[in-house]
Amino acid sequence: MDIFIQVVYFVAAILFILGLKKMSSPVTATGGIVWAGIGMIAASLVAFFEPGVFANSTNVVLIVVAIAVGSGIAYTTAKRVQMTDMPQMIAIYNGMGGGAAAAIAGVELVKMAGGHHAIGGTTQVLAVLGALIGAVSFSGSAIAFAKLQGLMNKTFRLPMHMVLNLGLFVLTLIAGMIIGFSDEVSIQLVLVFFLMALVFGVLFTTPIGGADMPVVISLFNAFTGLAVAFEGFVLGNAAMIIAGTVVGSAGTLLTQLMAKAMNRPISNILFASFGSDSGTAAEEDIEGSMKEVQGTDAAIMMAYAEKVVIVPGYGMAVAQAQHKVSELTKLLEARGVSVKFAIHPVAGRMPGHMNVLLAEAGIDYDKILDLDEINPEFPTVDVALVIGANDVVNPVARTNPDSPIYGMPILDADKARNCIVIKRGRGAGFSGIENHLFYADNTSMLYGDAQKAVGELISGIKELQ
Amino acid sequence: MIEIGGFTALYIFMLSAFTGYEVISRVPVILHTPMMSGSNFIHGIVLVGAIVVMGSAETVLEQVIGFFAVALAAGNAVGGYVATVRMLEMFNPKDKKGEA
Repeated sequence: MDIFIQVVYFVAAILFILGLKKMSSPVTATGGIVWAGIGMIAASLVAFFEPGVFANSTNVVLIVVAIAVGSGIAYTTAKRVQMTDMPQMIAIYNGMGGGAAAAIAGVELVKMAGGHHAIGGTTQVLAVLGALIGAVSFSGSAIAFAKLQGLMNKTFRLPMHMVLNLGLFVLTLIAGMIIGFSDEVSIQLVLVFFLMALVFGVLFTTPIGGADMPVVISLFNAFTGLAVAFEGFVLGNAAMIIAGTVVGSAGTLLTQLMAKAMNRPISNILFASFGSDSGTAAEEDIEGSMKEVQGTDAAIMMAYAEKVVIVPGYGMAVAQAQHKVSELTKLLEARGVSVKFAIHPVAGRMPGHMNVLLAEAGIDYDKILDLDEINPEFPTVDVALVIGANDVVNPVARTNPDSPIYGMPILDADKARNCIVIKRGRGAGFSGIENHLFYADNTSMLYGDAQKAVGELISGIKELQ
Repeated sequence: MIEIGGFTALYIFMLSAFTGYEVISRVPVILHTPMMSGSNFIHGIVLVGAIVVMGSAETVLEQVIGFFAVALAAGNAVGGYVATVRMLEMFNPKDKKGEA
């Protein structure tokens, strides 16, 4: 039986890696997740036949109930959630994985405290490390979820936040090492250790602004992977080690790619909490003023253009305007206007977030261009339509070395002949930095919710026909 | 359970880390979110560990923590799977032709 179990784990590990690889191309991606899913079901089923599991029938019943509860909740939420809210759902599912890894370590440590002999050696230290990383990922992801869901809008900072948090981390690490290296552990210390790790996860995440959440979620994704791998070592389970480590390194790379797109080192995102001291950069003088435009006028501008580039941002996602945008695109194309989409790598709340939404609305991905492809085209563009994007089109990133976003690659919407910006209100963006694009001579502001504003554009163009 | 000790463990760790890095480095930007969701699903394998640990629980406290481990892990796996499939369905070329 043991050989059979190991063979299934082995095959599952292969399926995970092949599945991830297939997911890297749009053509094979759906097949990739199915392969990984088959691996997951097979591995979970044979886990019941691991020695000792069937020894206690109460436990087996509890396992089945727990699976039913956990997957039932996750299934209904994942089916129901709007595509625009996907990033925070990924955060919460990821946090659950981290919590599970921490709980596995919790059971092992409680067993030790209850008189079982110590796990011993490196394995015991790994169990504690996995618990720490998993717990931080759990509580941190919960905060990330709350922030993106709008349950927690403000960044929260204690006085001397960094110092306090560092101190807490060191204390947690000390408690962890005491547990990791001792032959007998006290249950109270284990409890304190877990509590401190959870609080650290919360304090680690609260000062980070909403705009940086994708990077943080990606980082927690990598954390959870690592925690799972560590608990895999503890349980002697190769499938967990391989799958966890693969996710750990893939998540780390993805985090780096995102941070690179924002042109900020990861340490800066995690520890500098930019946006909280918005006063400094925003106070400078801005030439010009914001010019408001009516939907019908903006519609005429676009209808008689030759080349339109649409720059979507988080505002489009919040307003669920992607279907309206698709309708607008079809109307314009029917008039012979060339329409393209310019996607900034960090537009929205995750890399590729905009692509997912536009794909949902049925827009061909040939028309969706990324930063390097579209930027040289902007000077020949008649109208750049910015829908709920802000920092990613702010020209101060090119011009003002004092700005916190200086050096971040941006979409050069300001170089288009005309620029129409759809925006809910007059305030600054997530980073709290004033956007000079909005004050430029060739920029007009169309105020309102993205869904409503794009609707006005659509009816404006229809009237011309 | 197999014995994975010392350097063997280190080698598995090292090779898996390179695998993850290589696999994701060729992903186009448009698939980054589905990819993140997909890798999120894959660490749902923690469910296997949760089942094993819960199966060996002896005291009520261990059962309670084990119960949470299994429920959370199942949530990770199922939620991650459904979310990924929903996102990837939008990139399905067949559906696109149907809409056009």
